[in-house]
Parts: sequence; structure tokens; C-alpha cells
Amino acid sequence: MSRIEQRFAELREQNRAALIPYVTAGDPEPGATVPLMHALVEAGADLIELGVPFSDPMADGPVIQKACERALRFGTGLRDVLAMVAEFRKTDTTTPVVLMGYLNPVERMGYESFAETAKAAGLDGLLTVDLPPEESEDVVGLLEQAGIDPIFLIAPTTTDARMDHVAHAARGFVYYVSLKGVTGSQSLDTSALAARLDAIRKHTGLPLGVGFGIRDATTAAQVARVADAVVVGSAIVRLAEENDGDPVGYARAAAVVVRDMREAMDRARSTSGTATV
Amino acid sequence: MNKIDWAAFPDARGHFGAYGGRFVSETLMGALDELQKVYEQYMGDPDFMAELDHDLKQFVGRPNPLYHAERLSRELGGAQIYLKREDLNHTGAHKVNNTIGQALLAKRLGKKRIIAETGAGQHGVATATVAARLGLECVIYMGEEDTRRQTPNVYRMRLLGAEVVAVKSGTRTLKDALNEAMRDWVTNVDDTFYIIGTVAGPHPYPAMVRDFQAVIGREARAQHLEMTGRLPDTLVACVGGGSNAIGLFHPFLGDESVEMVGVEAGGDGVETGRHSAPLCAGQPGVLHGNRTYLMEDENGQIIGTHSISAGLDYPGVGPEHAWLKDIGRVSYVSVTDDQALAGFHRLTRTEGIIPALETSHAIAHVLELAPRMRPDQSIIINLSGRGDKDLNTVAEREGITL
Ligand SMILES: Cc1ncc(COP(=O)(O)O)c(C=O)c1O
Repeated sequence: MSRIEQRFAELREQNRAALIPYVTAGDPEPGATVPLMHALVEAGADLIELGVPFSDPMADGPVIQKACERALRFGTGLRDVLAMVAEFRKTDTTTPVVLMGYLNPVERMGYESFAETAKAAGLDGLLTVDLPPEESEDVVGLLEQAGIDPIFLIAPTTTDARMDHVAHAARGFVYYVSLKGVTGSQSLDTSALAARLDAIRKHTGLPLGVGFGIRDATTAAQVARVADAVVVGSAIVRLAEENDGDPVGYARAAAVVVRDMREAMDRARSTSGTATV
Repeated sequence: MNKIDWAAFPDARGHFGAYGGRFVSETLMGALDELQKVYEQYMGDPDFMAELDHDLKQFVGRPNPLYHAERLSRELGGAQIYLKREDLNHTGAHKVNNTIGQALLAKRLGKKRIIAETGAGQHGVATATVAARLGLECVIYMGEEDTRRQTPNVYRMRLLGAEVVAVKSGTRTLKDALNEAMRDWVTNVDDTFYIIGTVAGPHPYPAMVRDFQAVIGREARAQHLEMTGRLPDTLVACVGGGSNAIGLFHPFLGDESVEMVGVEAGGDGVETGRHSAPLCAGQPGVLHGNRTYLMEDENGQIIGTHSISAGLDYPGVGPEHAWLKDIGRVSYVSVTDDQALAGFHRLTRTEGIIPALETSHAIAHVLELAPRMRPDQSIIINLSGRGDKDLNTVAEREGITL
């Protein structure tokens, strides 16, 4: 069983939703990331999404764009990010780590070389936002051989026909982009979410994560009632900027946000009584 | 070369060999499917084509001339040089051929809002123009750096009623404007049509923009045949994203005797690293929705480009060019800023035509190529645009304050 499967199985047993914080690797400086990851786990994260800095983050809003720019001042590249994962794995062998980014750095490193290095580092999944299943055959094969789950997105605009396609290629979990827009956009509309997730569940048995537009503990709790995982990015990455490049202050502030969300999510599940997992 | 069925490219999923495709976030996949469907439907629809032809004739002023530059040809003492006068189109460049077509599709799709990216501002002006004419809301994304280099065009777009957004992220040039336009599109995909200005982006854009620009090559081919009774020997065009070049080249691809040269922006010289010549000095990668040649570092980060001409200042290139390069059907060269400036002055003084700085790259290459050819041979240059927008840049470079 993969680390991702294992983690979702445990959570299902406990009737909890997974909390998945996203942070950009190397933001605000290379040395900040591994301690930050541990702090997130300590505060209640179940899985970590680690952003690979990219020069042209087309699917990201201003908060993560700036995080990429901060990380790129130090030239943090994909190999460096994989080294961070390896470092994290030295002391945490259970928390799954998924890389999130864009295809070109992976393409430049070479799919084979990436799969090999990522496997050795203890990476669990890869989500490239600009790689739809249609273009992913080569990569997916190599990733599967290395035991790394290709994570795919479903959007509000995804048709039924496409959903089958995405579900067929996806492993680990499916990431539902909860709104039309870039990361860090307006708050999402939780009322329509449950119906949408039910529709997706007709196409896949994989756990469903929801991200984009989850800004606070209240929204996280609402989403946790109906989804298997809650992904929070800009609401955390914003704290790097607010702490003006101080990695310790950033980690402390991020832990506070994660802890609040964790508690609100667990409360929501224990009182809702209508867990859909 | 084996016989290639040029009409079979791209394939159904937008691939030109290993290049092209559709590399975008899931949110846009549905909109691209829809766009592909209407584009394929209307390109075969006589009413749509009649409306397009009417607009190209009555609004753009097509067909424009294929002009025999006799004095320049004589001075260079080699091949006869013909200029395809896209600079005489309404709005002053080839860009409008494409914006007219895409705006008609936007109308058919019932979209009320149009967005576009622009570098030199020519595509922005051409988009704002058709939006004004059709009464559509229009937002143009332009790198902050380019808004400074091309102030007359910024004002022109605003006069036409467009909102011009100065993009402050990344390198603040064309690639960043494209990123921002994509972000807008993903947010407003229901009511917004994105008019991409060159043969880049996800499928179907590279094929669709090519098809709208191919009117250049169809006219030029017929005009050259009529004027000389034969086909030209060589076609030359500048390559930024590659739309004016593919527009001229595509109708000639099956004419095996016709050689084609795409001219990239060499900036300070490709050996300096300060240039915009991905086909000459880059390598394959994925950016802005397609796989193509890119300028990138060893980590796959896109690197800053440089060119005297804002319209060529782009780290990628249309995927069809990447493929044409690999199969050897088209050759790609680069010329430096200084060579382009020399080309700019030479054409202006010799023929009384002030070309755009982008176009000047193609001219500069011909200044070297023509003397090596015989007077009974001929070259067609795509005169992609006029130089009015560049007067400040040229003057400044030469220490003159206007
Ligand atoms: C006059 C002119 N020529 C050429 C270009 C380059 O674009 P493309 O390579 O798509 O023709 C531009 C772009 O702004 C332009 O304005």
C-alpha cells in the first residue's frame, strides 16, 4: 500500500478529512522548507503539497507568484526540491509528500531521471497543473513504475466525458479545483460543492481533495464535511510575505493556521454525523 | 524529403510531430474543445468565410500588393526582391488578419468580452480595433516594460476603448502578459474569448491562427505567379511567435523548389545569451500550452529574452515552426539588433517604406542573402508591419530626442 493510500485509509477509519497544506519550496529561503514541513505535520497536516518554483506560474494568483519569485532568487530548482523531500524523509517516513508545479522543470530534468530521483527521495505524488491526462501517457508510465502517484485535477468546467478520462489516469487522490480561477481567488461557494463531489464520485472511487479558495477555518470545516481532503495554499503562503522573509516567524504563523483548521475540520466531522467517506 | 501531406498537420490533438498539443489546466480544457469545434465548423462554412472575406476586403484593405522593390534589388545586385505589403493593412501589420477571424468566431460563440496579450502593441491594437467595431468589451494585457517601449500603441488601444493592463510580474514583457491573459481566461472562461496573437498557445490556436494568416501566402503565391509566371525561390519572414512567417510559408510548403527562412531576433548576438532566438539557440520544452523550442535554464525556468523589437521579445515560438525546423523544411537564422537597425534604414532610404523593427530582421537577412543569388531568382519578404510605432525606439537608440 502506498503512503497516500495508507494515510487516507487511516483517516477514513477515524472519520476525519485530510488536511493538506501547500507551501512553495524554497520560500522565503532554501533552508526554511524542511523545518516548515515538520512544523506543518506537528500542527496537524496529514499530507504535504510542496510547490516547485516556476518562472511562469500561469495557474497561480499573486500570492504564489510572489512565493515563486522569492524562491527563485536563490535559484531553487526541481533537484533542490527533491533534496528537500529526501531530507524531510529522514525523520518522517509516514507523511505523504506531493509535488505541485508545472511540467517544464520535470521535462527539463527528464522524466526518467525525475522518476528515479523522486523515488529515492521518498516522494509520493506529482501534480503538474499544465499536464492534462491526454498528454500524460509517457510520464504516467514512468511514475507508476517508480511508485509515484500522478495526481490530476477536475474543474467546475470538466464535462462528464472528461471526468472518466481523468479518473482513469488518476492515482492517489483526485484534486477538485473548487472554482474557476487561479490559486488564491475569491472564497469558494460551498453550497454547490456537495452535489458536484457526488457527481465526481460516480466516476472514481479515489479520495476527493478540494482546493483553491479555502481561506479560513470556517470554510475548511464546511469543505471537510463533504470532501476527503482540504487543500490550503495561499492562506498559508501569504504568511511568508507577512513575516517579511523570517522563516521562523513564517513557520510559527503557518502552524497556527493549520492547527485552527485542523480543529475546525475535526469538529465539523464529529458533529455532522453525515460523513460521506 | 519524403512527400508530406501538409494538410494532415496538426493531428486531431494538435500535434506537429513531437510539438504542439494542449498543456493547460483542466479548467480550460472544455473551452478549448468548444473552440476547436466551432473553428472546425466555421472554417468549412460558406457564410462565415464570405463574412471573413468581406471584412478582409472592406475593412482591412486586402488584397494588399506584392511590391517589386526594384531599387533595392538593383543595389544588392542579386535576386529580385518582392515585398508582401502587410504594413498596408488597416492598423499597420499582419496581426489584424487573425483578430478579424477570431473576433467573428467570438461573435458566433456569443462571447461579450475579449482579452488579448500584446508585446509590440500591434496585436493589442488590432484586437482593440475589431472589438470596437463589434461593440465588445476588450482588455489587453501588456508587460509593463513594453508599455514603456510602445507608448503610442498603448494610447491607441485606449482611444479604441480597450482597458490596457500593465503586467508587473516576472520579466514584465510579452511572456508575462500571456500568463496574465491565461489567468484572466481561466477566471472568466464562461463569457470571455481569448484572442491569442500568434501561432502559439494550446491547440487549436496554432492551427487556427495559421489558417487566418495563410491569406498572406495564398495572395503572395498568386501574385508572384501572375507577375513573373513562376514561383519565388525563397521566402523570408521574421519570427517572434511565428504568425506572419507561417502565414506566408504555409501555402508554399508543398512547393518543393521554394526555400523558406525564418529570422529570429539575435539581440546582442546569440553567443551573448541576450537574444530571443529559441529555434537557433534554445531547446524543446513546455510553455503556454504547447511543446516547442524555448529559452530556459538548466532547471527548466524560462529565462529573460532581449530584442530591440518588443514583438520578437518572446522565449518560445509556435510549435509548427519547431517541427518545420526539425524536419528541415524551413531554416531558421538570427540577426542582431544592429543588423536589424541597418535593415530598417536601408529599406526606408531605398524604397520609401518604413518597416517595423520586427520586419527589419527579415530585411537584414535579405541584405546578405540576395547578393548571393542570381538576378533571375526572386525572394519574397513578408513586410509584416510598418515602423511608425518604433520611431521613438530608433531615435532613442541613435541619441535623438523627439
Ligand atoms: C510587425 C510585426 N511583425 C512581426 C511580429 C512578430 O509576431 P509573429 O512572429 O507572430 O508574426 C510582430 C509582433 O508584434 C509585429 O508587430
